[in-house]
Amino acid sequence: MSMTADSMPGMAMGEEGGKMAVMPPNKPVKAVSSSLGDTIFFNITRAFALIALLMLAGIIVSLVYAAWPSIQKYGLPFVWTSDWNPPAEKFGALIPIYGTIVTSIIALVIAVPVSFGIALFLTELSPAWLRRPLGTAIELLAGIPSIVYGMWGLLVFAPIFSKYIQPPLGATLGNLPLVGKLFAGPPIGIGLLCAGIILAIMIIPFIASVMRDVFEVTPAMLKESAYGVGATTWEVVWNVVLPYTKVGALGGVMLGLGRALGETMAVTFVIGNTNFLNSASLFEPGNSITSALANEFGEASPGLHTAALIELGLILFVITFVVLAFSKLLLMRLAKGEGSKS
Amino acid sequence: MNAVAEEIAAPPLVTEVAFRNFNFYYGKFHALKNINLEIFRRQVTAFIGPSGCGKSTLLRTINRMYDLYPEQRAEGELILGGKDILSRGTDIYDLRAKVGMVFQKPTPFPMSIYDNIAFGVRLHEKMGRGEMDERVEWALKKAALWGEVKDKLGQSGMSLSGGQQQRLCIARGIAVKPQVLLLDEPTSALDPISTLKIEELITDLADDFTIVIVTHNMQQAARVSDYTAYMYLGDLVEFGETDRIFLKPTRKETEDYITGRFG
Repeated sequence: MSMTADSMPGMAMGEEGGKMAVMPPNKPVKAVSSSLGDTIFFNITRAFALIALLMLAGIIVSLVYAAWPSIQKYGLPFVWTSDWNPPAEKFGALIPIYGTIVTSIIALVIAVPVSFGIALFLTELSPAWLRRPLGTAIELLAGIPSIVYGMWGLLVFAPIFSKYIQPPLGATLGNLPLVGKLFAGPPIGIGLLCAGIILAIMIIPFIASVMRDVFEVTPAMLKESAYGVGATTWEVVWNVVLPYTKVGALGGVMLGLGRALGETMAVTFVIGNTNFLNSASLFEPGNSITSALANEFGEASPGLHTAALIELGLILFVITFVVLAFSKLLLMRLAKGEGSKS
Repeated sequence: MNAVAEEIAAPPLVTEVAFRNFNFYYGKFHALKNINLEIFRRQVTAFIGPSGCGKSTLLRTINRMYDLYPEQRAEGELILGGKDILSRGTDIYDLRAKVGMVFQKPTPFPMSIYDNIAFGVRLHEKMGRGEMDERVEWALKKAALWGEVKDKLGQSGMSLSGGQQQRLCIARGIAVKPQVLLLDEPTSALDPISTLKIEELITDLADDFTIVIVTHNMQQAARVSDYTAYMYLGDLVEFGETDRIFLKPTRKETEDYITGRFG
């Protein structure tokens, strides 16, 4: 985020400076009025840009300020302590942090390949008559309010999940070494895995429609040249379309991840909302940062409890920031690896 | 005297590609009407004609590029190497290895110069690193690009200039050692110097490959091709040796087009 903040005003200034230097010789008569207009326009747009910056700074400052009692009392161990006991004023954020990260990872692991498949089908394989209805259906999925996903997850999906999906998962994957631990335990439906799957369903439309859009901008001629050397559809998409659109495709994934990390309502319905984690199993109910906030904020007494919750929010902010920064870094390295791309 | 000697020395013409009663449709639009045409091995054949006459469409049937678009279909026979490639049993990936194609604009793949060439080769042949290095070098030398890129094979193909990119695409096309090379207005996006280089290259490549070129530029057709087909509104109006077509066309329409009275 600081990257955007750094580069944006600088860019605006540079462009504007260039324009003003060029304008007067071109239009000597109107120079005064147009340069005045430009100055006003420049200042107004700059003000808007600066407001965004101020908001960001303001939110960070107020979060840190409000979380200060908790930061002071628990220090850094807050992040890896798992006790969360409001009456005893013992607060540790490990369980919600773990829940947020794990559910988001599950969501991505499921959603990215599925979305890639959807986008590939829509752009390369689908018959023309199916393309539109399917594309529209996916966009409509993105428009379903998250609370609807939550209710559907709790009332419809979780029972089916616990009855028909969890037992076979436990019976198969559950027996594998190492991985098996993730799929052990009683099939109760709601829990980390269930929340992850609901999140996946929620973010698939976003990732799929971004990927479809960026795949579509790949020049037909470029694709034809890959088909022209005898490549199959898969080889064309994997070796040419995806590298050509990687920035956009990764952007879509990040959009989905951002939504998964921040999603509150749907997760609160299906994650179980408990601050205990007895095993590594994904069948276990757990908590996420957002659902902890949603559940406890109303009844939190002012003081340490509130401060601890706000610190949770601050941590979520930091996680999102790290993810964004990491993706920028990844894109920069990708660009470097490919040589000087025009 | 010289001409006679040359004629005796020249090997007999072999038909590489033959269109027999060939028709092509974009949905309901009848784009190519009953085309009968032979393209000879290791000769340069040019398709000329005004925009929309079907010359690119005809070119794109030879590697069945139209297969990508469900509403497009071909009827009749299209013989390549003795087989009708329109028949159901045709392995389209194998066909496209035999028929390379270069487009109006350079289309380097988003990968290194080396991989741009190696990509197509890897699809059809298994070979070790050393052999692949040789193949890449061979293709780049054939495309008259080796000297300019040999020190930066790891760089992105997109970092080259337009003319270099187009030669890279030609190298990519010949790296799989096709029988036929299709060029769809290969110089329309290039500057005169790059165009000249590509034209010289086409003449050289005709020693090894059968070349079919679509061009808007009649001088180019006259310069590079051995045979010329003039097309108009989906019909093949006239076909013959380039010199004859340009010097004494038998059809009035051809003459009008070539002399610039029309088109």
